Amino acid sequence: MSDALLRTPFPERAGAALKDTFLQEALKIATTKFIDLRRESFAGFPQGEALRDRARAIKEATLQHLDVHLERLADNVERLGGHVHWATTAEEAREMVLRLCRDRGVRMAVKSKSMATEEIDLNEALEHAGVTPVETDLGEYIIQLAHEKPSHIIAPAIHKTKGQVAELFSRELKGSFEADPEILTAVARKALREKFLQADMGITGANFAVAETGTVVLVTNEGNGRMVTSLPRIHVALMGVEKVIPSMTDLMVFLAILARSATGQKLSSYTTLVRGPRRAGELEGPEEFHLILLDNGRSRQIASTLREALYCLRCGACLNVCPVYRQIGGHAYGYTYPGPIGILLTAMLKGNESVRELAHASSLCGACKDVCPVRIDIPRMLVDLRQQIDKENLAPAGERLVFRAARRLWAHQDAQRACARSPRTQPPQVQRFAPALPLRRRTSRQGRSKGPAPSTTGTNRSPR
Amino acid sequence: MAAPVRAALMITCLGDMLFPEVGVAMVRLLRRLGVQVEFPQGQTCCGMPLFNSGYHHDAALVAARTVKLFEGAEHVVVPSGSCAWMVRTEYPGLLKHDPALRAAADALARRTRELSQFIVEVLGVTTIESAFKGRVTYHDSCHLLRGLGESASPRALLRAVPGVELVELPGADECCGFGGSFSVRLPEVSSSILDKKLANVESTGARCLVACDAGCLMQMGGGLSRRGSAVKAVHLAQVLDGEIEG
Repeated sequence: MSDALLRTPFPERAGAALKDTFLQEALKIATTKFIDLRRESFAGFPQGEALRDRARAIKEATLQHLDVHLERLADNVERLGGHVHWATTAEEAREMVLRLCRDRGVRMAVKSKSMATEEIDLNEALEHAGVTPVETDLGEYIIQLAHEKPSHIIAPAIHKTKGQVAELFSRELKGSFEADPEILTAVARKALREKFLQADMGITGANFAVAETGTVVLVTNEGNGRMVTSLPRIHVALMGVEKVIPSMTDLMVFLAILARSATGQKLSSYTTLVRGPRRAGELEGPEEFHLILLDNGRSRQIASTLREALYCLRCGACLNVCPVYRQIGGHAYGYTYPGPIGILLTAMLKGNESVRELAHASSLCGACKDVCPVRIDIPRMLVDLRQQIDKENLAPAGERLVFRAARRLWAHQDAQRACARSPRTQPPQVQRFAPALPLRRRTSRQGRSKGPAPSTTGTNRSPR
Repeated sequence: MAAPVRAALMITCLGDMLFPEVGVAMVRLLRRLGVQVEFPQGQTCCGMPLFNSGYHHDAALVAARTVKLFEGAEHVVVPSGSCAWMVRTEYPGLLKHDPALRAAADALARRTRELSQFIVEVLGVTTIESAFKGRVTYHDSCHLLRGLGESASPRALLRAVPGVELVELPGADECCGFGGSFSVRLPEVSSSILDKKLANVESTGARCLVACDAGCLMQMGGGLSRRGSAVKAVHLAQVLDGEIEG
């Protein structure tokens, strides 16, 4: 995300989003729809709750032995004829893709929606190296045309109304298109179809990678993922290391709850299982398959307070229900991953310093925890993050003074008394309330006229 | 005859400063239900604002004080779901380094209830006579709903009042935008969340908006009065007590 944007303080970025009437309209429609769809989906799926517990347990257990599962995955991918690359940093991951492009003479790469590639700013790196990246997910295509960034984990163009998309397509694709989603989709499909055929490389993320079989799993709705993984001669899949799961049985657990959480579907329209490159005798599939395993700060969080954020399936359910996200959308957060989970992921990837303000962009209402398919306790982790920020002396000095003063007032009887001696610090309500509370020192129900009354908090010692 | 139930009122800082009438209504109501109400002197705040902002060491000092203050109480009843949640869920963890305090915090957590839960779970009462009349709607406070898992008791108590017509609030489980220091740090976002909530409230045609948390009542009551709404934000205790002024 641009540094210029991040130089504006978060409250101002949020304020600007609140004034954007298009954004407000788009967010209201989309998040409400997602919430309703998810709710209906789980209402008719009683086993969903137990599956959520199981999914969480699988993530917990897998992280305990992440190295073992990753090595098993790598062995199996290589056994199938694929290549595995280990990237410690975003820069290393970018360099791996760029080297492949250079070595294989790649001029154009089609992409299926991937937050991991957003995280490492891959498109900018490709463009810089003279390779044209083409986003083929409809939402991603829209924002690529608009030179913007995704504002939602699964619905990257959620911030745009259909009217805005029609204008954008009319301008960029040279035509005059109605604000009708079906028409606009057909326009995008036609424009993209030839890109699939021209591209030398297909780039995807991965929703899961199954260690025991070496299978990379993509959960999509538009079919573009299948073409990205099968038409170009090279397929590169980039995934965060935490996406590995042990077995196909585990995969079934996650598939049963992922789409329900994200879009309310039983399953997404396409669940693509990729096992290595095209084998002898097969009619389709890439000649080369590369899997890039991206760490980028993840593994060092396994033993940290942010650990649970590594369970995240990127379903976006916590964004949809978050009262803050629903008001300001994703861009105001300023980083790749927005919403409540995005704050935690940003802290994980960019350090606590970067979320000094964002850590407080939550009313801690707990709606996110309620809908998270793997029950990540986001509010608890945000509070822990705030504690870390205080410990690392990252909180503003003024704020710390205020809270320390509050503690002195609330925790120490002496401070209470000192405060109570000053009539100015005595909240008038306390005096109003105290006489009416007919307890030990009651004089009369309307005892207001009988001088200072005993306070309910015991702070109201009469001036001596 | 069995000894009366003894309960200490934890008034909470916001309740004390802003909603004295709620405390009055609670005491009257609990006495009517045969409860012997006590009021430990020297109450301050449960420490939640400190805890939520990450000042856990400071919150622990406040928690220690509160634990000691309520040590002798048979039950503790709180007019705010969030403060009850704080005591029940967070105190034991905050005081874990001192075994004696930790034990006292565990005990306090077990004895502490938000008002509607106290009435239904401890007293076993689900029907309370009240002179209150009119259409009301109910807002689920986040900590009571998701923190303490309570949505049924307040609604059951409201429905049992003969003169009350309870209409469901669209998005009843959505945050009102208060969130303690959140509303101070991000006032515009907070108001924007509140506006949506209040539009829903007004769509119900209710005369009163009922909640079980001083924080939400402050936020929503303030918002209603600023927009000149005829809807009044009231605490459950006031409806059950039946003596609402104004």
